[in-house]
Amino acid sequence: MKPFLRDFVPTSYKDIPDATAYEAGYLVTKNAGWRNIRPVIDNTKCVGCLNCYLYCPDGVIFREGSKINIDYDFCKGCGICSKICKPGAIKMEAEK
Amino acid sequence: MAINAKTISETELFYGHKACAGCGGSLAVRIALKVLGENAVAVLPAGCMSAVGFNFPQLCFGNNAIISTFAGTASMLTGVEAGLRAQGITDFHAVGFAGDGGTADIGLQALSGAIDRNDDILYICYDNEAYMNTGIQKSSLTPFGARTTTTPAGKNIRGNLRPKKNLFEIVAAHGIPYAATASVGYLNDFMRKVEKAKQIKGTKYIHILAPCPTGWGVKTDETVEIAKEVVDCGLWYLAEYENGDFTLNHRPKEFSDVSAYLRRQSRFKHLTDVDIEIITRSRDKKWEFINQNFK
Ligand SMILES: Cc1ncc(C[n+]2csc(CCOP(=O)(O)OP(=O)(O)O)c2C)c(N)n1
Ligand code: SF4
Ligand code: SF4
Ligand code: SF4
Ligand SMILES: [Mg+2]
Repeated sequence: MKPFLRDFVPTSYKDIPDATAYEAGYLVTKNAGWRNIRPVIDNTKCVGCLNCYLYCPDGVIFREGSKINIDYDFCKGCGICSKICKPGAIKMEAEK
Repeated sequence: MAINAKTISETELFYGHKACAGCGGSLAVRIALKVLGENAVAVLPAGCMSAVGFNFPQLCFGNNAIISTFAGTASMLTGVEAGLRAQGITDFHAVGFAGDGGTADIGLQALSGAIDRNDDILYICYDNEAYMNTGIQKSSLTPFGARTTTTPAGKNIRGNLRPKKNLFEIVAAHGIPYAATASVGYLNDFMRKVEKAKQIKGTKYIHILAPCPTGWGVKTDETVEIAKEVVDCGLWYLAEYENGDFTLNHRPKEFSDVSAYLRRQSRFKHLTDVDIEIITRSRDKKWEFINQNFK
């Protein structure tokens, strides 16, 4: 239900379609390198309201069973999720 | 059941895009597409959302999406809708996502024509209050006093001299079947409006305020907060126009401080107390009108 990073990157003429892009949702580059800080979820504090997921501009927060997780390939570290989380379950930590 | 964080589709249709961290416009596009579903056919003119969504060979839309000319969002939507209908396809939603410049300035004629024909399309204007993709130039939706690269703040002139164009009521004045305002600070309200627009035949228009941390001079984590605050202080409002009537959807009990909203953004840093008084008075006048004319 969520796009993901592909291994095959079209490069030669014959790979490239006569269109403005490859197929819908075909992702070949990460956004991970944009971050200085990363959101870290403490699932013991999380009450499952899903506000972080709703308000993330990049849609990279997702449900995994009863837990919340983040697709760090595409999270940009904006910090909106951390601000919106009332119980304070998301902390922003420096990228190492 | 009302759409909320728990009931909205988990499918992501705007993903991996290259918008700046904390971009309000990308949040509006992402949420609208989740409500509309993968049969949405999106049209995006020149502007940030096309620039960040189409990066050859990568397409960050999971649905069909196409770039239009800057002025032609609404006319391309007309063509998309007519073309798909001519092929016997019925299960789709033609939706446009255009910026404030692409909508209120250069695209206004095409939008007005589409409304006049009552084409079956949904036009969403994500309003970040300037031409952001080309480096923050004033549009007719830039508010009074805002500093942009074409309305600088200096000794004699303090930012934009003109008020924000009232596009919601201009669109409504066409007698459009459905028009609404929204804010990325109030997504439940926005989701309800997109869901409603999805059911209506004819032209639909939603104007969503979508802060741009880069152009407004706020931190990337403040986008949602500030999009809430602009509604809470009364400088923006959540409303609908339907069957000839205006309805106010949210009435702040008492307005929060206008100057607090303005002063936290670097585009308004230069404003004097007199400027803020002018802005506050125009807000009060607007609300007098709303109280008299909106249900
Ligand atoms: C006819 C034409 N004029 C100018 C441009 C250059 N241009 C591309 S994007 C843009 C700014 C768009 O501003 P807005 O519609 O507010 O969208 P935003 O970038 O803020 O998302 C401009 C002026 C163009 N592509 N086509
Ligand atoms: S906002 Fe906080 S409490 Fe709510 S789901 Fe996200 S992490 Fe959990
Ligand atoms: S930091 Fe920003 S991009 Fe990353 S998960 Fe939080 S809201 Fe989404
Ligand atoms: S400049 Fe503003 S509107 Fe454009 S991508 Fe960046 S945050 Fe979004
Ligand atoms: Mg703009």
